[in-house]
Amino acid sequence: MIVLRLALQSLRNRWGTALLTALAIALSIMLLLGVEKVRTGARQSFTDTIAGTDLIVGARSGSLNLLLYAVFRIGNATNNITWDSLQEIAKAPEIAWVVPVSLGDTHRGFRVLGTSVDYFERYKYRRNQALQFSVGKPFADLFDAVIGADVASKLGYKVGDRVVIAHGLGNVAFVEHDDKPFVVSGILAKTGTPADRTVHVSLEAIEAIHVDWQSGGRAAGQGVSADDVRRKNLTPQAVTAAMIGLKSRIATFKVQRAINEYPKEALTAIVPGAALQELWGLVGTAETALSAVSLMVVVTALLGMVTMILTTLNERRREMAILRSVGAGPGTILGLLVSEAAVLVIVGVVAGAALLYAALLMAQPWIDRAYGLYIPISAPTSYELMLLSGIVAAGILAGLLPALRAYRLSLSDGMMVRV
Amino acid sequence: MTFDSVRFAWPGSARFRLSVAEFSLARGERMLLIGPSGSGKSTFLSLLAGIVTPDQGRVSVLGTDLGTLANHARDRFRAAHFGIIFQQFNLLPYASVVDNVVLPLSFSNTRHARAVASGGQVHTEARRLLGRLGLDTASIDGARASSLSVGQQQRVAAARALIGSPELIVADEPTSSLDRGHQMAFLDLLFADLDAAGTSLIMVSHDETLAHRFTRVVRLDDIATIARGVSA
Repeated sequence: MIVLRLALQSLRNRWGTALLTALAIALSIMLLLGVEKVRTGARQSFTDTIAGTDLIVGARSGSLNLLLYAVFRIGNATNNITWDSLQEIAKAPEIAWVVPVSLGDTHRGFRVLGTSVDYFERYKYRRNQALQFSVGKPFADLFDAVIGADVASKLGYKVGDRVVIAHGLGNVAFVEHDDKPFVVSGILAKTGTPADRTVHVSLEAIEAIHVDWQSGGRAAGQGVSADDVRRKNLTPQAVTAAMIGLKSRIATFKVQRAINEYPKEALTAIVPGAALQELWGLVGTAETALSAVSLMVVVTALLGMVTMILTTLNERRREMAILRSVGAGPGTILGLLVSEAAVLVIVGVVAGAALLYAALLMAQPWIDRAYGLYIPISAPTSYELMLLSGIVAAGILAGLLPALRAYRLSLSDGMMVRV
Repeated sequence: MTFDSVRFAWPGSARFRLSVAEFSLARGERMLLIGPSGSGKSTFLSLLAGIVTPDQGRVSVLGTDLGTLANHARDRFRAAHFGIIFQQFNLLPYASVVDNVVLPLSFSNTRHARAVASGGQVHTEARRLLGRLGLDTASIDGARASSLSVGQQQRVAAARALIGSPELIVADEPTSSLDRGHQMAFLDLLFADLDAAGTSLIMVSHDETLAHRFTRVVRLDDIATIARGVSA
């Protein structure tokens, strides 16, 4: 008790350096926990993006590639699936539903997704939550569009506004489907998934705006008016990918194999969870490197603390002699210095965690907006608590270094240090 | 307190050896130990207080052979029976005056009990002693030890040595950093308290003019032989 009290008083006496040392530890802890939070947050946000879908089917490609472009709208499809193949696959008795998606156009930097109305019911995120409309309703008319929350807030769109879709994926588009504008029919509630940044239209609409297009450009003098196009057959020729729901999960691998071996077209079917695992395997090295760097920063901070205590040791030999003279054993001296280290580390760790949570509270909405990364503010996980206790233990262990030196000094000095 | 055929050398230093054939101090004695700087006084005091143990021979205090005690037991023993005052820089600079005074009580239940018996509460007892030593407790109570003058610090150190009535006070030139007037005042106050408790005192000094105030004056040269090797 007296030891802890003396340690606290001694630290208070050197509050400037003590504060800086604790601050260095706190910042390193903040970094370490921050990396951990972002890492798990990013994983969670990826995992949360796709739920309730058993298989994703697309043209033959790597499973990661398919997952990234079909679900996360990252990268481009290498090829399409023909509508006929999709229809034929959908007939399999194990399949409960198929939601086709068609990508390739943009609206002012946001991807345009052609799909069926089922999408709003079948697409699930974050523990099987369905999409909710904050305003409006799904598309009913050919030129209706449903926009994600981010699209609405960034572009300031309301239900009833007109939207012109650009061809291709560039942020700045030179060729626009401006002869066939869309009308916003609904705005989705915020989900924290790519749906927030997507303009949803019907598959037929995608077909309609491309009706008079040939090889990526509008054929001159062949314009088909928006009214004329309604009378055409707008059944799509091909789609980019499709989400498939099964009646029973047991059939997953059977159906997957059947699609992968589909004779008429080279297709790939992936299980989203398995493809995500592949993704983690890929980014795992980077994650490990990031964690290692932040851990090294913690080690640096602890070394700083040891240095701080060691440098004060010589000027404190007098203090040790006084303590020895009033009956403190060398063990007490050891305890005093270890306590100082323990106090610094514990204060540093607690302050670091507090700083991180404070920073998260302030920056969470901004990170969500800017990066679409939703970092949940939750109590530290058992892994994080283990990590923090490990650091406290390491700090106390490091504190033994100067403490053992003081122990030896106090043995050899006795009470005889002249200052 | 007795020394019996004591020989001691600091570990790792073959050049300095202290031998004391025989020396004793009776209870209640007030002894002035005279020796110039570097004459082995501090080594002598370290042996006496059980900070170090002799290589040969015995140092006994209150009938206990310090050499037979385990290290931590010797620390306890020192806490219980010794009050030690250094030449200067006696106090933990970061602790308050009162905390400095009650410091030994944390290491000895005996002295803690005695201090409580005398003052009711350890802090009350500390203030009482400070008051008796002529310090205005109201003004220095919570003050940091480092903010006091040297004379005040020495008196706080005396209060720390006296609290809980240890049997033996060891003072290593406690007045050498004070001017003459303050030296006398300090000794007056210290002696008044020793009388009250019947405590023995060994005070080291190189100043023989203080001799008349002690019951016994001993020159370190007379009781101890210092052997110095040739420096390499």
